[in-house]
Amino acid sequence: MTTPVVMYEQEYEQLKNVITRLCADANAKFVFLVDKSGQQIAAHGEMLNLDTTSLASLTAGNVAATDGLAHLIGERGFPVLSHEGERDHMYISKVASHIILVVIFDERSSLGLVRLRVKRATGEMTSIFESIDSKVARERDVGVGFDSPFAEITEDDIEALFN
Amino acid sequence: MTFINYASREINCKIVYYGPGLGGKTTNLQYIYDSTAAQSKGKLISLATETDRTLFFDFLPLDLGTVRGFKTRFHLYTVPGQVFYDASRKLILKGVDGVVFVADSQRERMDANVESLYNLELNLKQHGYELDKLPYVVQFNKRDLPNIVSYEDLKSELVRNGEPIFESVANRGIGVFETLKAVAKQVLMELRKNSGG
Repeated sequence: MTTPVVMYEQEYEQLKNVITRLCADANAKFVFLVDKSGQQIAAHGEMLNLDTTSLASLTAGNVAATDGLAHLIGERGFPVLSHEGERDHMYISKVASHIILVVIFDERSSLGLVRLRVKRATGEMTSIFESIDSKVARERDVGVGFDSPFAEITEDDIEALFN
Repeated sequence: MTFINYASREINCKIVYYGPGLGGKTTNLQYIYDSTAAQSKGKLISLATETDRTLFFDFLPLDLGTVRGFKTRFHLYTVPGQVFYDASRKLILKGVDGVVFVADSQRERMDANVESLYNLELNLKQHGYELDKLPYVVQFNKRDLPNIVSYEDLKSELVRNGEPIFESVANRGIGVFETLKAVAKQVLMELRKNSGG
């Protein structure tokens, strides 16, 4: 099993601030972050009742599929994907090595504005993810591991989940 | 890849159902979806062809409850079983925490089982995983059909390293939750091991 992706409270709040500001600056309806395996990390916006879990898994699938296409034509990947609908549009870009940023916007904004604001926010988010990575590495180096809630899980705990 | 969110106190894990085409992977997810209370499940997403064959993946998010104050959620995926969808299968294995291999017990599908298992090992390797180091269970599906391979023969062909085996009839739910429970348990125990517990 690979090392888990960890999100700490401090960095989560920082990311929330960045995407909240991005949503306002880009006049977007919704902004969210998802990791490449399809796990939602943070979200902000006005779209109520949006199924963000499905959105996250389909976004990851979409990015993985287009990366596959890129490799077929000898590209390393497509760093940006843009989908245009009748009313709402999606702008998808990569942040850090394993994170995907999605911005949903309508006629109140434009692709140019979204692209501009995303560029600025990407730098901020990249440093937050780097800070998480170094925190995880530091804890691993000193041998404490992260404070996993599963360190003391028992078979009874697991049985209870299925009852 | 397990995602531990300390801010929202959630843990998400990814389980992939693998196996030959028409073996019952989607049926497993469909049964889990149909038998789970509304508050514990998300939407079942099926990216399928017009003839209901899986094209890219099926996806079912499942809330199992709370462990030590953390909401524990499993994301269940299936892969398209048909041989020519290999590029898609490879993508879905990215970040996997546990695998269920759904074998078709029918005699005429034995070669397809063997080929799919070989393909699983190959695709995992390309992501840097090894099957015998991942949480992994095998399900022998369609045990109610007349023309099936014996348990012992399936075991000797498909079981590598003493991994748990479950006999199932997925469309009637037999063995479905037992399989899920076994792989989920291995995933959680692996998390314990990796966090020094």
